Amino acid sequence: MSLDTLSAMRRALEAGHTTAVALTEQALAAAEANGDLNAFLHLDTAKARAAAEAADARRQAGEGSALTGIPLAVKDIFCSEGDPTTAASKMLANWRAPYDATAVARLRDAGAVLLGKLNLDEFAMGASGENSAFGPTLNPWDRTRVPGGSSSGSAAAVAAGIVPATLGTDTGGSIRQPAAFCGLTGLKPTYGRVSRWGMIAFASSLDQGGALAWSAEDVAEVFSVIGGHDARDATSAPGTIAPPGALLSAPVAGLTLGVPEAFFEAVDSALQGPLAEARAQFEALGVRLKAIELPFAGDAVPAYYVLAPAEASTNLSRYDGVRFGHRCENPVDLDDLYRRSRGEGFGPEVKRRILTGTYALSVGYYDAYYRQAQRVRRRILGSFTEAFQSVDALFLPTTPTTAFKLGEKRHDPIALYEEDRFTIPANLAGLPALSLPVGFSNGLPVGGQLIAPHFEEGRILSLAHAFQQVTDHHQQRPMARGAA
Amino acid sequence: MNWDVVIGLEVHAQLQTASKLFSPAPNAAGATPNETASAVELGLPGTLPVPNAEAIRLALRFGAAIDAALATETIFARKNYFYPDLPKGYQISQLDAPIVGRGSLSVVMPDGATKAIGITRAHLEEDAGKSVHDAYSDRTAIDLNRAGTPLLEIVSEPELHSAQEAVAYLRELHNLVRTLEICDGNMNEGSLRCDANVSLKPAGSETLGTRTEIKNLNSFRFLERAITYEIERQQLVLEGGGAVVQETRLYDPDRDETRPMRSKEEAEDYRYFPDPDLLPILLTADDHAAARASLPELPAAKRARYETDLGLTASEARLLASERSTAAYFEAALTAGAAPKGAANWLAGEIAAQLNRSGESLDAFPITPAQLAGLLARVDDGTLSSKLAKTVFERMLETREDADVIIEREGLKQVSDSGALESLVAEVIEANPGQVEQYRAGKGKVLGFFVGQLMKASGGKANPQQLNALLKAALGEPGEG
Repeated sequence: MSLDTLSAMRRALEAGHTTAVALTEQALAAAEANGDLNAFLHLDTAKARAAAEAADARRQAGEGSALTGIPLAVKDIFCSEGDPTTAASKMLANWRAPYDATAVARLRDAGAVLLGKLNLDEFAMGASGENSAFGPTLNPWDRTRVPGGSSSGSAAAVAAGIVPATLGTDTGGSIRQPAAFCGLTGLKPTYGRVSRWGMIAFASSLDQGGALAWSAEDVAEVFSVIGGHDARDATSAPGTIAPPGALLSAPVAGLTLGVPEAFFEAVDSALQGPLAEARAQFEALGVRLKAIELPFAGDAVPAYYVLAPAEASTNLSRYDGVRFGHRCENPVDLDDLYRRSRGEGFGPEVKRRILTGTYALSVGYYDAYYRQAQRVRRRILGSFTEAFQSVDALFLPTTPTTAFKLGEKRHDPIALYEEDRFTIPANLAGLPALSLPVGFSNGLPVGGQLIAPHFEEGRILSLAHAFQQVTDHHQQRPMARGAA
Repeated sequence: MNWDVVIGLEVHAQLQTASKLFSPAPNAAGATPNETASAVELGLPGTLPVPNAEAIRLALRFGAAIDAALATETIFARKNYFYPDLPKGYQISQLDAPIVGRGSLSVVMPDGATKAIGITRAHLEEDAGKSVHDAYSDRTAIDLNRAGTPLLEIVSEPELHSAQEAVAYLRELHNLVRTLEICDGNMNEGSLRCDANVSLKPAGSETLGTRTEIKNLNSFRFLERAITYEIERQQLVLEGGGAVVQETRLYDPDRDETRPMRSKEEAEDYRYFPDPDLLPILLTADDHAAARASLPELPAAKRARYETDLGLTASEARLLASERSTAAYFEAALTAGAAPKGAANWLAGEIAAQLNRSGESLDAFPITPAQLAGLLARVDDGTLSSKLAKTVFERMLETREDADVIIEREGLKQVSDSGALESLVAEVIEANPGQVEQYRAGKGKVLGFFVGQLMKASGGKANPQQLNALLKAALGEPGEG
């Protein structure tokens, strides 16, 4: 088996069986071979090679940590110093960030070799990867299908074997849904765990950075590096993250998993088999299953599509053509500068959300939409809190379907919004949630989702890790590019 | 028809913090445009605001000083509008749950009476940058050095009833924020800015009239003139049967008038909502107690103490206590041994006159409070007559030396040695027999001539009281004629 997981690479590096330079060359070659996926928006080979050499030197000096010398890549919504940082928008096509996001800086400090920036739905708005101003990303399992979104490139780059782990962001499911569509493990930590400094904002109260990789073990490795308090983010949670070993080793036998039956009934029939097997597998691990209800969860999508666009509408006001980003040619006056710069710079889905959000915050509509949605949000949190009185974590589907065809839902925004109905509740409640591969349907990966109380990432990582000790779904790989 | 004037002021005070309200960038003017604007002030993608704890402390100190309800939970909100010098497309401000709730300020009104003016609220917000229209001929430049400067917006109740009352309130507030050391109060640099809401209603009516808001009044004089103009303008409109339009107006000091700002077709909808980048800030009883404990002696208490403990008159106390640097100078002079009355007289007299002439502030006055005390000591011990003291004061202004040094070097001591004075008197009498004749013939005014001659002969150093006594002794009373 080729060296394509973070843990395997780490062991090989520690044993001296490979070098960061060799791993980086392998990654660059894979990126080249998979150029058709459109996973990368920016690949900096020179910088990556220099970082790999530095990492090898660090390891030779007996320094470095688990990530030293591991090739990684980040969603192009994380600022990285001196690099193009576009959020997949024409608006930022020529913008270079003058600083590193905290998560990126922590990866660099740990010695990770950053290959470049990954494709996404513009400003993280989308569930298919098709909303990128620089073209859609393809799903390595089936190149006629979407990889999910908005962290489309983050999922495709791992699934295609280019890098063993990536950073993504998750505002309504943008890590978990692509992880599910691409057969990966993806963690959205508790809101506030991973600093938002340098992470271009979509919806500030919901955005959360996290990691995608093949296994819970590898996800834990990245999470423990990028997570922890950051004074530059006022919503950052206090405290540091436990080391990966501790995150993965909580005993699972005896835990109770709540299963909201209504969610399982709502998925496509093709997913029901793998999800049922996963439930049986958890029971086999000594986990008790308990049927529960999550009242108000059905209101999550409408509440989300008021709150997230409301926040986005003002977060995106700074793109006005004045100081940075796209500026229209020859504006005749200030209004013209604003209208044309923004009109030309933003794609249709971004505009749709700015309009929706502006409306929801307007005088006369604020109470009916924004305030009402906040009420729903509090009730959803209340439902979870209530559920966690009797269960330790929840297990539910990640998505209603497996990866759909490119173009299939492109012109039906509501259908795409419904894609997120199992993932949005955890964002509204700020809870840690993880998607893990639980099987396949017609050759396409199926994801299952674990949700824990605030700050209990270790509990769901341990559950996923235990599950992955006795299953091999996370070891399946798509057919390699060029293979027969 | 008689009208009641109703005025409320909104004052923006720039807080004297080391860094900006939401970033570690220096809270300093900056020599070159955009020098002190960091990535946060530029609103670069991915940047986030982090509240400045010192700004919160200063706002609470202000709240404690006006005896206001202090928030236990305060919320920052976004005020959304597009403007080139507003980098994020929204200003972080406060709407619901401001940091300082209702309080009041004791103001000495123009008639000398003290009145409590209600303060509705005070909230924190970030300042915007500046649009610079005169740097280039065909385009507008943006300077974001000021962006992110912490502002405390202090909103009064509409309880002021004339331009003069508005000025009295603003002076009191100005002195308070300086005394609290939360704002330097420099109005012509924009550290303290004022908007005035003005309306008229028929005398005795309960219903408020339509108000106009006059923006950016950056001196006490402009505030007074703008309100005076606006009252007259509204009165003319109303008495001509018209209606006052609710609008924002700008004061033009060159023409001494207010004019409507380019009006928007629709009312601006700022779409306020809680800033999701900032959690509500929880303030404890300890935070409130610390704010109260940080208060210096407040101007109103100072005025009372000057009157009762130091025996100054009400107007002296008001003069000295109503301006932070005057009070500080006065108290430093007392500490150096000056008597309150003497120091008060000099501050109200010679020093005030000199500051008027030079246009300087007391903070930069060449004579230190201790030096003033030294000068007053020489008056009190009879070394200097009040006239000589003024001469020494003039010399001190030039040389910045102590009074004693100047007295010693220039021999400016008052001559009180009666032996020396008696021989001078004898000389002058002998030299002016004609005048002696006149005096004795009943022209009492001639005594002035002798005093003049004697002062001249003594080089101005003779003690005048003593001189009078010696002259009268030598000449006797003027004759009956």
